[in-house]
Amino acid sequence: MRDIRLLTEMFIPGSLIGPFTQANPGLGGVCTFVGEVRGDDGAEALELIHYEPLTLPGMDRLADRAFGRFDLMGLLMVHRIGILRTGEPIVCVSAAARHRRDAIDAVDFCMDHLKSAAWFWKREKRADGWHWIEPRAEDHAGLARWEVPPPA
Amino acid sequence: MLVRVLFLGPLADLAGTDAISVPAPLDWAGLLEAVAPAVAELLPGERVKVACSGRVLTDKKSLRAVGGDEVALLPPVSGG
Repeated sequence: MRDIRLLTEMFIPGSLIGPFTQANPGLGGVCTFVGEVRGDDGAEALELIHYEPLTLPGMDRLADRAFGRFDLMGLLMVHRIGILRTGEPIVCVSAAARHRRDAIDAVDFCMDHLKSAAWFWKREKRADGWHWIEPRAEDHAGLARWEVPPPA
Repeated sequence: MLVRVLFLGPLADLAGTDAISVPAPLDWAGLLEAVAPAVAELLPGERVKVACSGRVLTDKKSLRAVGGDEVALLPPVSGG
């Protein structure tokens, strides 16, 4: 089962993950990552901007690459756009596979690409106004891990 | 006919607007002239990508937008 989506409204990850897991009968493992808006740095809100012609098609190509690279039964990749409050989920990636390692690595792979190689722009509102957020060096390092071709 | 030029993310702040419309056709030199100086300064750098009609250009200097095209200026991304 493949479910790649942009959402404009708040979502409850469990309401997606439950049906996703059910839709992949016979799976050996499911791995899920949920990213939320942090509340520890004075940010009042976060805005996720996307560019319609590129963002979702890019996520679809990322899903194609994940299916090509890992032995997956299903992949759920959901990303919020619009204005989010502290504690709201931004992103949910869930992978179902026959074996644990494929599920875990596929989620890691998708998240590294969503953080710094997908068509999103993020800004946060603090007491003094809106500030754009750029990927951190760690995000780029995370992405670089996947550039080494997998062993044949 | 016009070409619509979109400024994504922080580029919209520098441009002072989300989008402008400029006469077609539009090439790289025309794009640099059409945008605010603060944006034109950043455009040649490798951190800014350019898309035309929904396709990211491998060589942005090869831009040839015709009437009705949408050109998007894409600064470094951050998602998740």
